[in-house]
Amino acid sequence: MATSKATSDAAGPNAESVFGPARRRIGEKAIAVALFLAAATSVVITVGIVISLTGETLAFFADQAVSVSGFLTGAQWTPLFSDPEFGIRPLVQGTLIITGIALIVAIPLGIGTAAFLSEYASPRVRSALKPTLELLAGVPTVVFGYFALTFFTPSILKGLLGMDVSVFNGLAGGIIVGVLIVPTVASVAEDAMSAVPQSLREGAYGLGASRRQVTVRVVVPAALSGITAGIVLGASRAVGETMVVLIAAGQVPTTSLDPRNPMETMTAFIGATGKGDVPTGSTGYKAIFAVGFALFVITLILNTISIRFVRRYRQVYE
Amino acid sequence: MTTAEAGERPVSEVLGVPPAAHKARDRGFVLVLALLTSIALLVLAVLLIDTAIDGVPQLSLSFLTSFPSAFPAKAGIESAITGTLWLMGVVTFVIVPLGVASALYLEEFADGTRLWNRIIEVNIQNLAAVPSIVYGILGLAYIVRGPLSLGRTVLAGGLTLALVVLPVVIITSREALRAVPPSIKEGALALGATRWQAIWRQILPSSIPGIATGVILSISRAIGETAPLILVGAATFVAFNPTGLDSPFTALPLQIFSWISQPNDEFRMLAAAAIIVLLVLLVILNAVAITLRNRYQQRW
Amino acid sequence: MSDVDPASGSRDEPGAPPVSGQAPAVPAGQPHAPIPSVAHGDVIDHEIENPVFITEELSVSYGSALAVEDVSLSVPEKEITAFIGPSGCGKSTILRCFNRMNDLIPAAHVEGMVRYHGVDLYGSDVDSVQVRKRIGMVFQKPNPFPKSIFDNIAFGPKVLGMKGSMDEIVEQALRRASLWDDVKDRLKDNAFGMSGGQQQRLCIARALATNPDVLLMDEPCSALDPISTGRIEDLMHELKETVSIVIVTHNMQQAARVSDRTAFFIVDMGSSEEARIGRLVEYGPTDRIFTNPHDTRTEEYVSGKFG
Repeated sequence: MATSKATSDAAGPNAESVFGPARRRIGEKAIAVALFLAAATSVVITVGIVISLTGETLAFFADQAVSVSGFLTGAQWTPLFSDPEFGIRPLVQGTLIITGIALIVAIPLGIGTAAFLSEYASPRVRSALKPTLELLAGVPTVVFGYFALTFFTPSILKGLLGMDVSVFNGLAGGIIVGVLIVPTVASVAEDAMSAVPQSLREGAYGLGASRRQVTVRVVVPAALSGITAGIVLGASRAVGETMVVLIAAGQVPTTSLDPRNPMETMTAFIGATGKGDVPTGSTGYKAIFAVGFALFVITLILNTISIRFVRRYRQVYE
Repeated sequence: MTTAEAGERPVSEVLGVPPAAHKARDRGFVLVLALLTSIALLVLAVLLIDTAIDGVPQLSLSFLTSFPSAFPAKAGIESAITGTLWLMGVVTFVIVPLGVASALYLEEFADGTRLWNRIIEVNIQNLAAVPSIVYGILGLAYIVRGPLSLGRTVLAGGLTLALVVLPVVIITSREALRAVPPSIKEGALALGATRWQAIWRQILPSSIPGIATGVILSISRAIGETAPLILVGAATFVAFNPTGLDSPFTALPLQIFSWISQPNDEFRMLAAAAIIVLLVLLVILNAVAITLRNRYQQRW
Repeated sequence: MSDVDPASGSRDEPGAPPVSGQAPAVPAGQPHAPIPSVAHGDVIDHEIENPVFITEELSVSYGSALAVEDVSLSVPEKEITAFIGPSGCGKSTILRCFNRMNDLIPAAHVEGMVRYHGVDLYGSDVDSVQVRKRIGMVFQKPNPFPKSIFDNIAFGPKVLGMKGSMDEIVEQALRRASLWDDVKDRLKDNAFGMSGGQQQRLCIARALATNPDVLLMDEPCSALDPISTGRIEDLMHELKETVSIVIVTHNMQQAARVSDRTAFFIVDMGSSEEARIGRLVEYGPTDRIFTNPHDTRTEEYVSGKFG
């Protein structure tokens, strides 16, 4: 501003005589707008998810057969019966039990792996382990479902451990989902541990702490919010995992708490019901959306919590 | 050794003796960590071995070139392979322009302090973690039926899978763009290039290997996705190859799921064989991605 | 290395370069040294009774790059020894040999000998954790743990399994670091809330809580303001009654103010730009190093002509 004013006051040469005529770059503008529109599609997708889910969910509750309180608290889920019941509790309970089992498996394995990679593994071991974990994360979940049903239940649970489990059972589903989310938990937790400043480790070593003590008493506490983020993200993946539970845990909605029995999760219900050709507008079709809506909300909350925790450790150390 | 020669005080007298329990605990701790680390990898190994034992005997040329059949001995996966290839084509066609453009906008154009841009950013982070079956519901409601009404076609399936992996493509492409140092752009701008010229001629070419790696990994995730296809695809018994975007289709993961759901053991063996084919396809894609990353990635 | 007899301090090496006359000259062998005449003052000093550390021809390299070469000196007990010199001269690297902190860098390789009360610190039967229990360290930037003030101090005693009342141990350590009066009412507060100078004194208190025999200080005041620096220097004077202190500092005035003996290091550019090797030039009582240095490079440095 100041310079242009000065030149005009002094009646000096104007910008055009020095730089040539300014060009209107319409192309530049158009490109920027096009790129913005592309980025905005992701918002459109979210809006689409929310509208499609809420629309049908509202329609679901508008049906006389279903009340919101009956949906949230009812113990019976038989949407395809001639006299349907729509209590979502069995599905939520199945989801919680399987997610709980998955976390019991994934928390020690994931944190142990993260601590090993971050604090103990030599660069060579790391460079071999990390791609293997990525490989584990890249195996399609339908393959894990096959493994749970045809190997883990008959050969490990029944054969090796001699447990009395059904062919379809929540235990196998939960354990295999747990293995499935180990790379998620491990990679987020390891990022957090690696972000712990070396100066903290040196401080502890300087006091005569051993590597174990540095890991357990300094690195893990300092990385706790990142480790929590990994666990929450893993839980979110376990809640949303469909194929393993659809294949191996069964499709029987139940209020039984015994994971040796078949149980149905929210995702498995959606998959099992959507598999058949449900007519648009039928109560079964709407039920998919109502359950999907609940699933979307649960995972959204978990993801938001996870992002918060990640931000917290980034703020502290970066 | 040295201390003895020098006739000095023994180490233990000067430094004290480390408590034996400490040493044992240190060693035990490493062992526990190594054990925990190896369990998940052990499961992976057992999974691969078990699948190979079940599936390899079923693999044959006729398995690859036959259509599904009610008779296990005659059944094959040709239509599933071609369906998966068609889906890959649609997914690539959608995610490359959309993903790269979104990434370019967020990295090069967006003012991160604006509310609108922050919404886009948070939104992408959240979308990346939405369960894939929810995308299946969206696909069923809006793509197969509803506004787009494409039916249970290749295009509907491909679009749905593209939505599933789009956030991943955007995130990895942004990382690739961010890896180009700002000095490259500044150099171009200082020579009188416009912003877009700097991006198109300098930044984008330097980040292509990184973007391509992200795209390939996203495609490999897409072709393993089963849950959304269950909702939009439904057809698992397709005895013909897709003829176009409007053709009904099946895909490898769907075929696998369908065979696993059969109570008959022979079909489950077929599922194992199809899993091997799917995994080989994934390994090839990942190998290409890793090669790209290692060979062409610019080190700054 | 094992053929060096530490009792005699050092040995004459026929191939050693000539040493400038007035130095009480105990040459350390440097057969391949590219610069002439490394005039070690009193290197391995016979006057020093009961040295805490003796280094003999100590060299450290990172990967294939030699960082510091052929350092021979001895550190007296219950005194303050300062290492000074331009950046890159290897003074911190040598300090980190004294508690085997270099072990944490996989590529680091140590040659030569470091003796602590006669024990070869790099001997095969020495446990680095045991070493660090006796030899405390304070770092360039204050590095409190993200915990309460109390837990920061209690960390060391806890990992070492020290017996006794933790409250007393913490109070005593804070008193020795003259921090007790500042923090006694907020022991449960997070240490990150303290000022930089307080954090550094907390780190000193933390190191003192394990009753170390030696305190290594790696540029402990470089991140602090002059007032905080003054308090830490006062503290060092009090502490040398009970512990031996080795301090690395880039601040010559600080070395002159606090130390009893000073070692001056230099960067030797060597044959190529890449090969920057640190060397010990001169070592002796601080008064003499600053008023009557034997080596012209020391004189130039302490009078501010380079560095």
